[in-house]
Amino acid sequence: MSLVLDLLSGLMLVSGAILVVISGVGLLRFPDFYSRIQAAGMTDTLCMILILGGLMLQADSLGVVAKLLFTLVFLFFTAPAASHALTKTARQCKLSPWRSDKEGDSSQP
Amino acid sequence: MNTAYALILPWLVKELDVLKYAVSLTGIMAAIWLLLSGQWTHAILVPLGGVSVALTVYLAYRMRILDREGLPIHLLIPILKYLPWLLMEVVKANLVVARHIVLGRKSLSPRICRLDTTQETDLGRVFLANSITLTPGTVTVYVREKEVWFYALTEELEQGVLSGEMDRRVTRLEGEP
Repeated sequence: MSLVLDLLSGLMLVSGAILVVISGVGLLRFPDFYSRIQAAGMTDTLCMILILGGLMLQADSLGVVAKLLFTLVFLFFTAPAASHALTKTARQCKLSPWRSDKEGDSSQP
Repeated sequence: MNTAYALILPWLVKELDVLKYAVSLTGIMAAIWLLLSGQWTHAILVPLGGVSVALTVYLAYRMRILDREGLPIHLLIPILKYLPWLLMEVVKANLVVARHIVLGRKSLSPRICRLDTTQETDLGRVFLANSITLTPGTVTVYVREKEVWFYALTEELEQGVLSGEMDRRVTRLEGEP
């Protein structure tokens, strides 16, 4: 039983880590502010769930599981608020989204 | 004795609705405190925890946030039904964004678009806006009375939101206003 749990948690941690790396690459590769927020959003959602879930399976007491669960729930509520605040501010500062036909002059505010 | 009753009774009748939420908030706070501290029998810490719970509930009462919106316990069961679907959407959208990261910027076609919404309450609108933002590839930009403006990375992700599936599910979750 513990072998199955270890395998499952290892799988979740590894896939979470791979997704974090992909999202970090996306942060560098994507063209403008809005699309970079999307790449960063990956770490806020699936990566966070996978890594915290993998750690939860490794925990040896209920208290640790509860604390990780609270972290997950709070991140689940606060991460979209942060993304939304950033996007709304960028939009109000008249930053227009990158367009593939106007390469070059779009990332300037 | 009678004067005490005469003082408390009108207040109790007036605040009966609030009292329900105060009791449930006390229960939730006590449960969280016990889980996080892990102390059940300590002679100093447990009373201090009780005091902090009471202070929190009193402050929430003073701030007048002990109501349907501030403590939506009636949504607990609908949320538990909605969450698995949302998680599936989050996973799917994550894979889509990961694919676009690998494919590079040529595969992107960003756009800002509008969705007509059908929620009745502010809480429902918040749920919808947060759900849109939680799925990577789409971010809510503006929330208005009957519409939501959101940014989408590609047409595929845009259509996923515009199909209205999420809007319908959040409206069903919200239930009776």
